[in-house]
Amino acid sequence: MSVPHALLALLSEAPKYGLRLQNEFESRTGEVWPLNVGQVYTTLQRLERDGLVETDDGEGERSRKRYRITSAGVRELADWLRTPPDLVPPPRDELVIKVLVALQIEGTDVHEILQVHRRHVIEIMQRYTKVKAAAAEDDVPLALVADAELFRLEAIVRWLDAADVRLRQQPSPAPAPPADVPLEPTRTMEVSQ
Amino acid sequence: MTSALELRQVSKVYGSGPTEVHALSEVDLFVERGELVAVMGPSGSGKSTLLTIAGSLEEATSGQVLVDGVDLAAVSRSDRAKMRRRSIGYVFQDFNLLPGLTALENTTLPLELDGVRAKAARVTALEALEELGVADRSDRYPDELSGGERQRVAIARAIVGERGLLLADEPTGALDSVNGEAVMRLLRAAAHRGVAGVVVTHEAHLASWADRVVFLRDGHVVDQTIAPPGPESLLAAGDRR
Repeated sequence: MSVPHALLALLSEAPKYGLRLQNEFESRTGEVWPLNVGQVYTTLQRLERDGLVETDDGEGERSRKRYRITSAGVRELADWLRTPPDLVPPPRDELVIKVLVALQIEGTDVHEILQVHRRHVIEIMQRYTKVKAAAAEDDVPLALVADAELFRLEAIVRWLDAADVRLRQQPSPAPAPPADVPLEPTRTMEVSQ
Repeated sequence: MTSALELRQVSKVYGSGPTEVHALSEVDLFVERGELVAVMGPSGSGKSTLLTIAGSLEEATSGQVLVDGVDLAAVSRSDRAKMRRRSIGYVFQDFNLLPGLTALENTTLPLELDGVRAKAARVTALEALEELGVADRSDRYPDELSGGERQRVAIARAIVGERGLLLADEPTGALDSVNGEAVMRLLRAAAHRGVAGVVVTHEAHLASWADRVVFLRDGHVVDQTIAPPGPESLLAAGDRR
């Protein structure tokens, strides 16, 4: 979540004080992403330094300053909304590594390991669903935030399911090479955006 | 107090000899009133068999199935049929509404089959349609309803009357994820009113509406979720970038 751009978005509606920005940020993200007031002021300072926001009065206490977006800030916000986020996965996904390692350890029931992770992910999904179920049905921001997490987690479950099926179709994975045999260089998969 | 549904050491074998298939093996499953349980598992794991046996649409090869404490094998065929009509509601993937009947007539049908007088059946069915937000569509035929509306009518038909057990096989069918969620909300609401529900689904985001998720594999219950904690723990874990 880009806090600077979320604050620019809130300021694009009207000039606001820092405390109000904090409240609005939390309420519009369904309070799933808490934000402390110190973060708000640090971010506003950076935005002001970069000329993306300005204050009515440059002097005085920070809580008395009212911030407004500049024309450069409006342009920055519009550019950011249209810039695709970084979708390239992390180079080493911990869960994938755990499963690959499990495959190499003789006597390990990989299906049981997949199930442990499947259950864990679904239990987290149940908690997000509880958040959504407890909220008003017209609380769209909260539903969007919860859905984003739910579908991200569901993708993990689908990967676990696919891994399960693949491993069942190929029940005898190659055993780990003896310790004195050099390992082949790791294959890499490059994904370009 | 008895559970709404109890499966005790239930096994189901199809065929015999070399073609024998063990669809379910010694499955234990207890579902309490007011509890919604999701059943997940890969294709061929026995999910649908479990549901049809729980609903007495099919008989177990061995083991016991109790609905509201009544052993289905210990009652006569006609009493079992009566239980199917009175105590158990079914929701199917393809809705299974009768095309020649209106939404109201579809919902009234199980009551009338059970001997409820037409006028009383109509009042009860309208209440169920009202509860599911489709009372204003009661005079429409299935092909005049949207997919979401058809599934609401199917759920109304499943819960109409005093049914305490709701069995749903992939009930969100081909609905998009938001309409699918609406169906799960309705099942959740039925559970809040005390109905016990079992939902078979392969979609984790739908299963997550259940109180408990049971995992089936090769006819065995291999795992289940534990009761999730409240949402508070999630709210504390924000992205603080």
